[in-house]
Amino acid sequence: MQARAIDAGESALPLAVEDAGLFAGVGETPLVELDFLEEIPDGVRLFAKLESTNPGGSIKDRPVARMLSAALRDGRLNGDRRLLDSSSGNAGIAYAMLGAALDIPVTLVVPGNASRERLQRIRAHGAELILTDPIEGYDHALRETQRLAAEQPERYWHCDQYSNDENWRAHYHSTGAELLAQVGEAAGSAPDAFVAGVGTGGTITGAGHRLREANPDLHITCVIPDVFPGIEGLKPLGAPDDIVPAILHEDLIDERIDVRMEQATAICRRLSKAGLFVGPSSGAYVHAALQVAATGRYPVVATVLSDGGERYASTGMWG
Amino acid sequence: MSRVIVRIPTPLRGFAGGNSEIAAEGADVGAVLSAIGADHPELLERVMKDDGQPREFVNIYLGSDNVRTLDGMNTPVGEGDVLSILPAVAGGAG
Repeated sequence: MQARAIDAGESALPLAVEDAGLFAGVGETPLVELDFLEEIPDGVRLFAKLESTNPGGSIKDRPVARMLSAALRDGRLNGDRRLLDSSSGNAGIAYAMLGAALDIPVTLVVPGNASRERLQRIRAHGAELILTDPIEGYDHALRETQRLAAEQPERYWHCDQYSNDENWRAHYHSTGAELLAQVGEAAGSAPDAFVAGVGTGGTITGAGHRLREANPDLHITCVIPDVFPGIEGLKPLGAPDDIVPAILHEDLIDERIDVRMEQATAICRRLSKAGLFVGPSSGAYVHAALQVAATGRYPVVATVLSDGGERYASTGMWG
Repeated sequence: MSRVIVRIPTPLRGFAGGNSEIAAEGADVGAVLSAIGADHPELLERVMKDDGQPREFVNIYLGSDNVRTLDGMNTPVGEGDVLSILPAVAGGAG
């Protein structure tokens, strides 16, 4: 499939930000090869970016750093307005952490069942939390955010990670570019397949475009979470009422693989025995990547391990 | 037997006739959910395992208490109690 024309902007952050040390720590994460997974057939290699090494502990630091930088450049955060967005936790932590570093007041709308560890971290950075009824799910938090932004434009600037193009651009210029360089060095070629899911669509869209530019035959697999209980970090998609993020370029996706929570956590436990302590979305990606690898059609498969396992201790997934 | 209200999360309403709440009768949490499952088997299979326990990452709340911190599925229910079925985490890494 040919890569379509996109406006990826400049590779550097739109504006040099004040706390360069913290921002400089975002990205350039390690690449690990999951060669200990015995299902991987001979002749196939599976690589993953270890995103828990970002300062906020997840891949979400990348888009949030870029979105904040662009907002500052464009003057959207001048004056007393608060940065507003919805998040299930990882982006919320990145907003709270980087906002605190830049003295930007942050308000986050989060479903009330977000894990306790995430809420504690967000509060620790001083962000304001608005908890929505967990029974109404993640999209309800998103709609509540849209309502607040529309009703109080003098109070809030809605960063809107679901429609902010700086989100996928961050993954184009960092996640995707790093995968190309690191996988290229390790395997001698660009990835033949890329596996990711949709939280906002930023990773699969940004990294997907970058990797397909390097390899027009790149196969892109999208992980689809089970309807219930879902998989943390992955948005519900497929039902008629599900909100489809505006930044998601669905035409990039060649294949969708359904993954249940039990399959994801089973992989997490196997990865932990090899020293990789990751969250459920990472387990889901690796579960799907193993299916892609098993076809034997893609010699080099790449994915991301979006966050660490500590954030899920209260869910009982580690026993 | 007590009649209780069970709150259904958004993703499961399609398996519950579109209802956000269902009334059901039973003596304990497990019995109430099984009663719902008789009419809505696709809902129940997404909430409970074959052994009658909640699936991983599924929490059942009696009022504001997670029944895992009470007596699990054997937790007694009273007339007018409210049960809520929730995913253990919120949803929305990539």
